[in-house]
Amino acid sequence: MLNCREVTRLLSESQDRTLGLTERMTLKIHLMMCTGCRNFGVQMDTLRQMARAYVKGAGDRHGKQDE
Amino acid sequence: MSDIAAVSGSSGGPRPEHTSLLNDTEFLESLRRQMLKFATLQLSDANLAEDAVQEALIGALKNAGSFAGRAALKTWVFAILKNKIADVLRQKKRMIDASSLLREDEEDEDFSALFDTKGFWQAEEHPAAWPHPEEALREGEFWLVFETCLEKLPGNQARVFMMREFVELDSQEICATIGLSISNLHVMLHRARLRLRECLENHWFVEGEKPC
Repeated sequence: MLNCREVTRLLSESQDRTLGLTERMTLKIHLMMCTGCRNFGVQMDTLRQMARAYVKGAGDRHGKQDE
Repeated sequence: MSDIAAVSGSSGGPRPEHTSLLNDTEFLESLRRQMLKFATLQLSDANLAEDAVQEALIGALKNAGSFAGRAALKTWVFAILKNKIADVLRQKKRMIDASSLLREDEEDEDFSALFDTKGFWQAEEHPAAWPHPEEALREGEFWLVFETCLEKLPGNQARVFMMREFVELDSQEICATIGLSISNLHVMLHRARLRLRECLENHWFVEGEKPC
């Protein structure tokens, strides 16, 4: 059984490589029981969206849309 | 993918606004500062960063007339800058001392504050559900928090995180560039993300202005 620390590591790695079948299964089982890690997993996607938005200049708009 | 659609949608034909872009010194100066911060963190060399920013700005401003507005210009400028940085990093290959990268990172960090001895979340460190993250992206103040959290990362973690998420290099490319093994890279990215999400949660999503 994986602990939360290992699960967060896999969730992070899933942003950088395709996880294997066993990894995905163990992950799934842990996530069914653990809201903390589930939230963490969602936030990995959110972090990526933030990074992309930041580079596109979202941080400089200060509420003003371009169009 | 919806992002890409949004960008190409907003960068249509020239509009009257474009002539004012080049005269908008406040905008240009803030753009330059932001680029410089980005490039300096990536390259950890002020001179190289300054050069990359100058080149990217000059290249982009030559075509400023064809941009629909600030956001479109900025997207373009950063795309050029990202390529310049990736080039410089490729040239700098092996100049970064990979062993020092690891040493800094291997010092046992304070993740015992996050996880108990069995590796489960400490009670008060359980990641919370972030209410409406997409709204945060539209708030100027959020980005100040974001930048501050990024700056609080250990330098090397910030660098690999930015290479991965800002410059969008893949793992292999990052490893080849800085001479790191793939598993070490994954460890560093994991730590960077753990810290970053914790910082954002503590300073925006939980104790921010939004009620839970």
